[in-house]
Amino acid sequence: MFDRRLIENFDWGFLGVISLICSAGLVILYSAVTAGADSAALHTLLKKQMIWMGAGFVIMAGSLIIDFRELDKLNLFIYVICVGLLISTYLFGQMGGGSRRWLVMGAVRMQPSELMKISLIISLAAVYSDNVVSQEGLGFRNLIKPLILCLIPFALIVKQPDLGTGLLLMLIAGSITFFVKVQKKVIFTLAGIGLAIVPLVWFFGLKEYQKGRILTFLNPDRDPLGAGYHIIQSKIAIGSGMITGKGFLQGTQNALNFLPEQHTDFILSVLAEEWGLVGCGVFLILYLILLFWGLNIAYACRSMFGSILAFGITVMIFWQIFINIGMVMGLMPVVGVPLPLISYGGSSVVTNMVGFGILLNISMRKFTKS
Amino acid sequence: MSAINKNPDRDWVKQRLIGASLCVLIVFSLLFLRLVYLQLIKGAEFRRLSQTNCVRLKSIKSSRGLIYDRDNRLVVDNRPAFDLTIVLEDSGPVKETISRLSLLIDEPYEELMDSIEKAGKSAFYTPMILKRDISRDQLAIVEAHQFDLPGIHIDVKPTRHYIYEKTAAHLLGYLGQINRKELESGQYPNVRAGDSIGRYGVEKSFESFLQGKRGGRQVEVDVNGRVIKVLKTVEPVSGKDLHLTLDLILQKRAEKLLAGKDGCVVAIDPGNGDVLVMASTPSFDQNDFIGGISSKKWRALMDDPGRPMNNKAIQAEYPPASTYKILTAMAGLEEQVIDRNSRFHCPGFYKFGNRRYHCWNRHGHGDIDVVDSLAQSCDVFFYQTGEKLGVDILAQYARGSGLGRPTGIRLAHERSGLIPTAAWKKKRFKEAWQAGETLSISIGQGFNLVTPLQMAVFISAVGNGGALYKPRIVKSVRDAKGNVVKAIEPEITGGLPTSKENLAIVKNGLLKVVHGDRGTARRIRIKDIDIAGKTGTAQVFSRKAGEKFDNKKLERTMQDHAWFVCYAPAKNPKIGISVIIEHGEHGSSAAAPVAMELIKTYLGGTNTDIMVLPANEAKQE
Repeated sequence: MFDRRLIENFDWGFLGVISLICSAGLVILYSAVTAGADSAALHTLLKKQMIWMGAGFVIMAGSLIIDFRELDKLNLFIYVICVGLLISTYLFGQMGGGSRRWLVMGAVRMQPSELMKISLIISLAAVYSDNVVSQEGLGFRNLIKPLILCLIPFALIVKQPDLGTGLLLMLIAGSITFFVKVQKKVIFTLAGIGLAIVPLVWFFGLKEYQKGRILTFLNPDRDPLGAGYHIIQSKIAIGSGMITGKGFLQGTQNALNFLPEQHTDFILSVLAEEWGLVGCGVFLILYLILLFWGLNIAYACRSMFGSILAFGITVMIFWQIFINIGMVMGLMPVVGVPLPLISYGGSSVVTNMVGFGILLNISMRKFTKS
Repeated sequence: MSAINKNPDRDWVKQRLIGASLCVLIVFSLLFLRLVYLQLIKGAEFRRLSQTNCVRLKSIKSSRGLIYDRDNRLVVDNRPAFDLTIVLEDSGPVKETISRLSLLIDEPYEELMDSIEKAGKSAFYTPMILKRDISRDQLAIVEAHQFDLPGIHIDVKPTRHYIYEKTAAHLLGYLGQINRKELESGQYPNVRAGDSIGRYGVEKSFESFLQGKRGGRQVEVDVNGRVIKVLKTVEPVSGKDLHLTLDLILQKRAEKLLAGKDGCVVAIDPGNGDVLVMASTPSFDQNDFIGGISSKKWRALMDDPGRPMNNKAIQAEYPPASTYKILTAMAGLEEQVIDRNSRFHCPGFYKFGNRRYHCWNRHGHGDIDVVDSLAQSCDVFFYQTGEKLGVDILAQYARGSGLGRPTGIRLAHERSGLIPTAAWKKKRFKEAWQAGETLSISIGQGFNLVTPLQMAVFISAVGNGGALYKPRIVKSVRDAKGNVVKAIEPEITGGLPTSKENLAIVKNGLLKVVHGDRGTARRIRIKDIDIAGKTGTAQVFSRKAGEKFDNKKLERTMQDHAWFVCYAPAKNPKIGISVIIEHGEHGSSAAAPVAMELIKTYLGGTNTDIMVLPANEAKQE
């Protein structure tokens, strides 16, 4: 039986914000692919992105039918499927740029590590909402299961190797855990262990190029030919936009292909060059609205599972925005994290849309108690 | 104590969310401040930089490691090549510039325009190659007219130079441009599209050492694309040098001796497995591969019936022929089916079943023992020894002696040869082993196949008392200052399955091959140096037992291969050699003299007719 209240409670405003960012994203992507040297090939990217977004909206709409609380029960099932996909990627995945990240199924190329983010958020929400947590927060015992849930996909993703996505996963998981609250002594102990592990990871865990990236970030002059040069060009692009920008399709840094990956990771540079501080400011505000809306959905939800879930998805979007923008502005090491809803990339678009679908779902069912 | 469970406490959630919201706000403020810094405070400066697009990246190619022979003679080095490049965006009206250039350097206008078109669309401000490796004169002209030729640049690039052209081409190998698949494999992190990597020989197997690390510069350029300021530089790191075990003088001598023939010579230091010579003819010129070999030249190489692109030392498999008798003798003595004093009668044939297996000497050798059978290469003696041993025992000894398996030399494409057993034949042909086939096997005909390198390792082991070495081609890898980065130590992979006493008997026979009155290679005797060896004549196609052809009437390609394996000096060998001359007919006349000349050169120090640059001079070249 369909409940009329679901339609009455539908969060049109949130959908509006998402649609607005998506449309703006396509405009920027258009700019990024039009000016490039091989624009014909890149234009197909724009088409593809539109198809992915369309598909994203359909999946988002479709997922609204199922009550989000079903996810609580299905969490382990989803988790196992996603880990299975990661393992198949490891076994049969397609190589690209020296790592094995893509799984090809017919015409569709997907990155299971993207879907893993959502799956982990669901699982953590399920685990934490089941636990009776004292006022002081989670103790060591409460953290064993979540830790195992995190480490399996983390290991598989780092093995690909895709350290960026792996760390993003840990950041999301960590944020959710802190949101639920952790005992002080646990925090101190973990911090201590972390400090002890860092040197070990540095000497035994990281590949040369990964160490290189971190060192380059700390000292950009170290790699003036690679990341250092990209960051310089990206900064020139952003800075040259000044207050109002050079105008739509007028970005020279973008047009002359000085930007690396201008349609994926470095797309913000295109925005900043063509629309200036004003454009970037508007964008930051749009993102801010999106994030606060998400947090508000977490607040309004009456079930603990829903609250944690909503928070987890919001935090996932937050970290991606922060890392991507920080990276193109030279505040962070260059890691391959796309800008949500703007960067080209099917798996990323679909994952974010699924996330928004879940947020809308929680929002429209916020009044039903579990 | 209040607890949170499935239905959250509003206040508690609110408190947690306010904290989160604050974090988001702070982070966003930070990002915004960064934008303000880049776009407002530094905006004007970045705008200026973007308008001139003046920060470019220029790559500096690293130079590949050099290759030296065992006595530090430079064999492979790099020379500067001057490539003419154009940055289209800087060159004004391209056609005008190109036609001016075409007149100046006397190159057809169409060809230059062609190379621009061929290069296709590349990223903006990326130099395209107009013409590779221009002459010094052209270089001088272009440099003198720099200002009339906007956007035209000279790109200096270290390029591979094989100083002695075809010398040791198979061992040294050559380079080829990296292809897309290899680039995407992630195996070559320092290599970019258009770069070359080792494709063959040590250039390939030691690629990771030889390859350096590319450097580059961030530069500021003016409107004509000329560099006005270097912002940052990363110096390229040159590749590591290889010090080979190869003896350049001996190698050249071997190649000279092989000239005009199809064949192969491998010489090894029996004391450590060092490869002193690895020559295979016909050969090719590695310099032809620099900058991509022309399809015409490539076709010619591929169509040549002498297979110049094959390193016959490791890629060609031949029946070992009579050289295999060394092994049959060893196995016979060890299994005690014969001893030092056993004699068999050779009337010129051996009757087995209702067939006659002939000895090469139709008149027969009479009553003959193992030592003289080796010296005179009596087939009948070894038919009988082999018959007593059986194919499987023989195979066991052959494998134990390093035949039928790769030697483990660090070169690609090594073949393993073939040592047949009864089980192998059953599997391969679904037929039972015939006892008669064992007779062929015991004199090295039939299914047996070995590579010249395997035979060199084997004969060296006989000479050194039984140690089978893994052939070593590179002694050490060193950096530009001469510090050893990696030393490759001699490695023993096994020992001949024989006792010292029995080996001594065999060695006695081998010495008599050269120094006995009736030895098959008595003609190569030289003063003061004892040579011990074994001749062989390998049938190119199998004939029925006892069937005899007049070799002279056969076409050249049907004629027998000539083998000679030896070591010298016999008492304390310094060199082990394996020679095969394809269609050379007789080991004694075609192959043995080659070995003798090498021994003279190596141990006698006569090398008057070989031109080799002195070590220091070559380095300066």
